[in-house]
Amino acid sequence: MSLRMTPMQRILTTLGHEEPDRVPMFLVFTMHGAKELGLSIKEYFSKPENVAEGQVRVCRKFGNDCVNGYYYAPIEIEAWGGEVIFRDDGPPNSGMPFIKDFEDIRGLVPPDVKDCKCLTKALEAQRLMKEKVGDDIPVIGTVVSPFSLPVMQMGFGKYIELIYEHKELFEHLMRINEDFCVQWANAQFDAGCTAVGYFDPVSSTTIVDKDLYLRTGHNIARRTLSRIKGPTATHFAAGRCYSIIEDVIQTGTAAVGVSVLEDLQMIKNACKGRITVLGNLNGIEMRRWSQEETTAIVKDAIAKAGKGGGFILSDNHGEIPFQVPDDVLLAIGDAVNEWGRYPLKWLDK
Amino acid sequence: MENQVDKADKYIKDMVQALLSVDKMKAKETLAQAREAYQPVEVVEKVIVPSLEQIGEGWRIDKVSLSQVYMSGKICNEILQDIIPRDCIIRERQLTIAIATLEDFHTLGKQIVKGFLHAAGYEIVDYGNGLSVDSLTEHIIKDKIDVLLISVLMLPSALSIKELRKRLKERQAAVTIVVGGAPFNFDDKLYKEVEADYMGKTVSDAINIIHAIETDRGV
Ligand code: B12
Repeated sequence: MSLRMTPMQRILTTLGHEEPDRVPMFLVFTMHGAKELGLSIKEYFSKPENVAEGQVRVCRKFGNDCVNGYYYAPIEIEAWGGEVIFRDDGPPNSGMPFIKDFEDIRGLVPPDVKDCKCLTKALEAQRLMKEKVGDDIPVIGTVVSPFSLPVMQMGFGKYIELIYEHKELFEHLMRINEDFCVQWANAQFDAGCTAVGYFDPVSSTTIVDKDLYLRTGHNIARRTLSRIKGPTATHFAAGRCYSIIEDVIQTGTAAVGVSVLEDLQMIKNACKGRITVLGNLNGIEMRRWSQEETTAIVKDAIAKAGKGGGFILSDNHGEIPFQVPDDVLLAIGDAVNEWGRYPLKWLDK
Repeated sequence: MENQVDKADKYIKDMVQALLSVDKMKAKETLAQAREAYQPVEVVEKVIVPSLEQIGEGWRIDKVSLSQVYMSGKICNEILQDIIPRDCIIRERQLTIAIATLEDFHTLGKQIVKGFLHAAGYEIVDYGNGLSVDSLTEHIIKDKIDVLLISVLMLPSALSIKELRKRLKERQAAVTIVVGGAPFNFDDKLYKEVEADYMGKTVSDAINIIHAIETDRGV
């Protein structure tokens, strides 16, 4: 039986494709900290002190192996001057797209991270989180990929038309977004993040076919990740990726977040010894799991992907919905503690 | 008869291929050929509807991507105008059908479903996006809607359908609620929880479900 590791040691061991003391667990909280502090979601995100305190509290409460340092995807839209719409029972969403016509793209200038109040607030929260947890627990940042961001910048339908019908403007937008994404990711490393999630669901085969991915999202990821100064985990936010997994590995990412729509065992076999698999609990269904169901589902994921390390148990989207009750989250932690101890002897029986 | 079926199959095959490669010219040529063999209504029923159904089903099983689904609907609607005269009514009788996104600002699902149904010859009332339970209830009552299609992307938006159902019951509206969108694809039981009547996993399910409701209501 191995000695108890810190979350950081656990994560580094699994990323090195070796077995730590137990299967690491990333429950990606964004809103549960607000509940913990008795604040509305909007109030919670208004001050970096709230977010740092809330995120560290939920991390400790549920025995998580990371502190999530990310606010919400539309924060990047706010940085470009766009609108964010809050609600009391869920994550904020982006409002009206700010690129109204294709030609608007020509005049677009990426914001400077240090001039954006919303982003500096988030960086401050990450700095405070790092201060609180030191080197024992990784603080994880996030960026939306240059290829996925335009859905919020210009609307999804229009963006698909841009990709197919306005190739030159599409390329132009990608270069602008790449500069922004690299700047934003590197600022998060400077603030103390251990790794940054590269959220790229538009590259998933749920959204674009493999041929199109190879001509677009794949090259963009290669270029972007090579300029980011720390380890990244590519996340498809519950979109599918099995048929592009080899190409994803080629982008130089350290881990991949996979959907519950995938066969976790097939994914693990394809990634074994090369990149770490992050996944794939169903956050939407999780709301109503019983204790028994939770244990069975966690065991099943560990059985499929736990052996040999290179696996972090997580939800499949990279965000636990606000509606998921504490009991379920505690039951996930209990199941990992009971069934996730390496060397996972129960699997040999 | 057999010849007819073979011919339709060939048009469908060509059409699906053209749409998936986002080749508007080829799709247009295929429909023009089909138009020589069929009446406008038959072009819709025998070629367009089955092609879009194949594409929708392809998305469900990860063989077709969403961007191809979206472009297919868009291309069909663009070329339909050239192939079928404006005053040609595809469906003589149909239920009053509306579509909306409830408490949600994501419009792509709605746009795609509406596009497919339109290409299949249905007239759809579009209430737009970000509607509250209150305003959607009022619209449905006022317009005497038979079938309400709701597309959502966010879980809290999906959950708010339950309140809409409650309000509509209170007002005794005989509306059939059909829901779809990402949250429903991740939780098979969610549509029952929010008391919707039907759930579509992919865009083409909208066409099949409406067919089923029509049969049920004797339209
Ligand atoms: C791509 C993606 C993104 C992209 C683009 C999203 C967007 N549209 O704005 C980016 C990176 C920006 C993103 C961000 C976020 N995302 Co996101 N994302 C996705 C992903 C992978 C696809 C979503 C999508 O737009 N699909 C396109 C639409 C058209 O597909 P669809 O709704 O499934 O519709 C199809 C069918 O369902 C059907 N259909 C749709 N409506 C209807 C209606 C009827 C009647 C019928 C019959 C059929 C039907 O037809 C369509 C085609 O077949 C999903 C996961 C997944 N695998 O689906 C998560 C997902 C939508 N994201 C989610 C969330 C939470 C977010 C964020 C709020 C995260 C955050 N905290 O910031 C942000 C908000 C973004 C914003 N706009 O403000 C959640 C939403 C559920 C929830 N937990 O509440 C999802 C479902 C992930 C998950 N499993 O939890 N995301």
